Amino acid sequence: MRTPRWISQHLAAVRALVLFTVLLGLIYPLVITGVAQLPGLRDQANGSLVEVDGKPVGSALLGQSFTDADGNPVPKYFQSRPSASGYDPDATAASNLGPESIEDTLGDPALDPASEEGDGSSQALLTQVCARSKAVGELEGVSGARPYCTADGVGAVLRVFYTDGLSGRVTRAVSVNQACPATPFITSYQGVNVECGRFGEDYGKGVLVPIRGSAPERSAVPADAVTASGSSLDPHISVDYAQLQAARVAKARSLTTEKVNALIAEHTTGRALGFMGEPAVNVLALNLALDRL
Amino acid sequence: MSTTTAGVLFILSLLAALAVAYRYLGDYMFRVVAADRHGRVERGVYKVLGVDPHAEQSWGVYARSVLAFSLISLLFLYAFLRLQDLVFKVPDFATSIDERVFPHLAWNTAVSFVANTNWQAYSGESTMTHFVQMAGLAVQNFVSAAVGIAVAVALVRGFARRKSEQLGNFWVDLTRITLRILLPIAVIGAILLIIGGVVQNLGDGTMLTTLTGAQQHVTGGPVASQEVIKELGTNGGGFYNVNSAHPFENPTTWTNWLEIFLIFCIPFALPRVFGRMVGDNRQGYAILAVMAILAIGSIALTNVFELGGAGTVPQAVGAAMEGKEIRFGVSDSATFAAATTLTSTGAVNSFHDSYTALGGMMPIINMMLGEVAPGGVGAGLYGMLIIAVITVFVAGLMVGRTPEYLGKKIGAREIKFASMYFLTTPALVLIGVAAAMATGNWKTQLNVGPHGFSEVVYAFTSAANNNGSAFAGITVNTPWWDTALGLAMLLGRFLPIIFVLGLAGSLARQKPVPASTGTLPTHRPLFIGMVVGVVVVLIALTFLPALALGPLAEGL
Repeated sequence: MRTPRWISQHLAAVRALVLFTVLLGLIYPLVITGVAQLPGLRDQANGSLVEVDGKPVGSALLGQSFTDADGNPVPKYFQSRPSASGYDPDATAASNLGPESIEDTLGDPALDPASEEGDGSSQALLTQVCARSKAVGELEGVSGARPYCTADGVGAVLRVFYTDGLSGRVTRAVSVNQACPATPFITSYQGVNVECGRFGEDYGKGVLVPIRGSAPERSAVPADAVTASGSSLDPHISVDYAQLQAARVAKARSLTTEKVNALIAEHTTGRALGFMGEPAVNVLALNLALDRL
Repeated sequence: MSTTTAGVLFILSLLAALAVAYRYLGDYMFRVVAADRHGRVERGVYKVLGVDPHAEQSWGVYARSVLAFSLISLLFLYAFLRLQDLVFKVPDFATSIDERVFPHLAWNTAVSFVANTNWQAYSGESTMTHFVQMAGLAVQNFVSAAVGIAVAVALVRGFARRKSEQLGNFWVDLTRITLRILLPIAVIGAILLIIGGVVQNLGDGTMLTTLTGAQQHVTGGPVASQEVIKELGTNGGGFYNVNSAHPFENPTTWTNWLEIFLIFCIPFALPRVFGRMVGDNRQGYAILAVMAILAIGSIALTNVFELGGAGTVPQAVGAAMEGKEIRFGVSDSATFAAATTLTSTGAVNSFHDSYTALGGMMPIINMMLGEVAPGGVGAGLYGMLIIAVITVFVAGLMVGRTPEYLGKKIGAREIKFASMYFLTTPALVLIGVAAAMATGNWKTQLNVGPHGFSEVVYAFTSAANNNGSAFAGITVNTPWWDTALGLAMLLGRFLPIIFVLGLAGSLARQKPVPASTGTLPTHRPLFIGMVVGVVVVLIALTFLPALALGPLAEGL
């Protein structure tokens, strides 16, 4: 008896899937794993672990936080970039906030921001950038001022209300990221007094207007110091950010800044073949080199 | 060297390497798919499968074989995902399968990998065991890619053959493409990636104490073997949540170059196979030229927008660095973003959701173009040939002659198949977006305003075009999103395949008409320009309203 064709096709499909699963799903990865575990490849294949006194302290490829238990930067260590996962390889993530993520959600003043549920507030990307810039500036003793940021480290953004919706005379202006009783970053906008933001009030009818301010185009705090990476495990910082931290690290370790800068240069990876990627400083390698001095 | 110069050299070096791949990989692939003889291993495979390698199939049988294989794959992968904890449970997740892989997530993921999409509504490191990644998901990375190439080859046979009912044998094509093209390149690529630092082990990694006393879990897994086929097969499903941004998937600046090369090499070399099979290399060059013009234009624009850094946050930062890695920088991230969406890959080395408004629009447009420049493995070539068919039809209407392509008449039956192919994905995208907006399911978006709408548009464009990348802020692991995007992926993959094979069958049956003075030459710059024009105009007409409400509203 001949098998009907529609059945024989599915039988062939089942056999093909079983065969390819054995070949491509078992034999192929196991052979590659076998090759990977040969001397010379084994270290990379197992995560490029870095050891101190025989104990692993990190991976040369993964970033880590150099902060104390309370999350404050440890002054004797170079600091990594901000991370959306806190450098947790079990929960990698990016912020995914867009270029016009500029309006915060204010917290409920009746709730405790330190409690487990929090106060319902959330920061837009702009405020995150401004807050990081202010904090890094204070840590390194430079100005953290940036365009579109207030002096108190939030996004300088107004909701502006017009007589005819999107046009006409300005009737009201609110600095939406500055919760009352904060003092708004500008006192008036087109002749109207600027208010601070109040929790629970609906500003949806106002037009969002970011205010550039007078900060220089290039901040003293580099771009990578105020942005989270895509992987949340970026092991590198830019050469600019490393040099900004040199003086603070040198002071904490009683070294000369020249000595620390020389170490930075030693741990800077250039572009592969001269044109691939960007120069980068591996933070863990640099900090380990400092510890070894 | 300035960032811009380095970025330009990076792109030029890729183009040079791809030119070599076009010639040599293209010729090699031609010999594989056109070979008369079957290797000893292959004969063994056919014996196990119970198929006669010499028996060729009509378009209907070829299509049913594709569908049967994909259906079995889908059922098997669904079951595997749900039962993954029973065997070799590494890492030993604390949560049960019912808390981790809901039925709707398993459906979505199974469709996603069988349809060569690799849309991921889960985080690999906290959801999937090593075993299901390597023996379930990565297997589909190979065979779904081979299915795409096989269908493209069947379409080209339709052009090349005369008065024939036969389009080849699906099982032979599947076996040869997997064993002779994908597997050898994957082995070499995997070892190169391990040299660069990609991990490859079967353990659960290492728990360690960092310099400041915190605990960090350095993860393990068979990553390199999966990473290479993820790029080579234009699949895109990352071992980890953050995909090719993760230092264990893409550790260095040169692995980044290598991964982009792997993404592009087969799709850009397939026009060579087309040219060789129809017996006229100039036809291959013409298709390649159309792909290259669109691809270079798109890569350049993405770089310009990202390096320009427009928008409030990039202006405040001083660069579009949010969601990007230091080692890649802005330019090589933008090039990767263009590569992954010009093909149907969907791997990412930076997060598109945080791109500038117009820089983030480019990946959306690339996908909306139907992923034909150069497109997914196989899918790019058959998509582009469909557009070439539509172009000769439009040109024929303008001058009042019977349209023909490579000696085959483009009559009512042919143009019906081509039109249905062309309408499928835009219909899925626009209906899907409308449904999400009408039912309130858009509310899972992370960003607000036009950018939030872009997240919804991106999701359906990516799913229906089988890309798999995302504006990842939106939460899509809900019953509605998993089901809807699963349907978009399934229909967006297999309806076009049926139409392509139908077209191939009706072309193969024809006797070629000899070229006359009235024949439009399809290897000249005029034709190349017309195809580019048809792609851009048709897509602009279809999608401009959606773009105007999303990225254009945000960026202009």
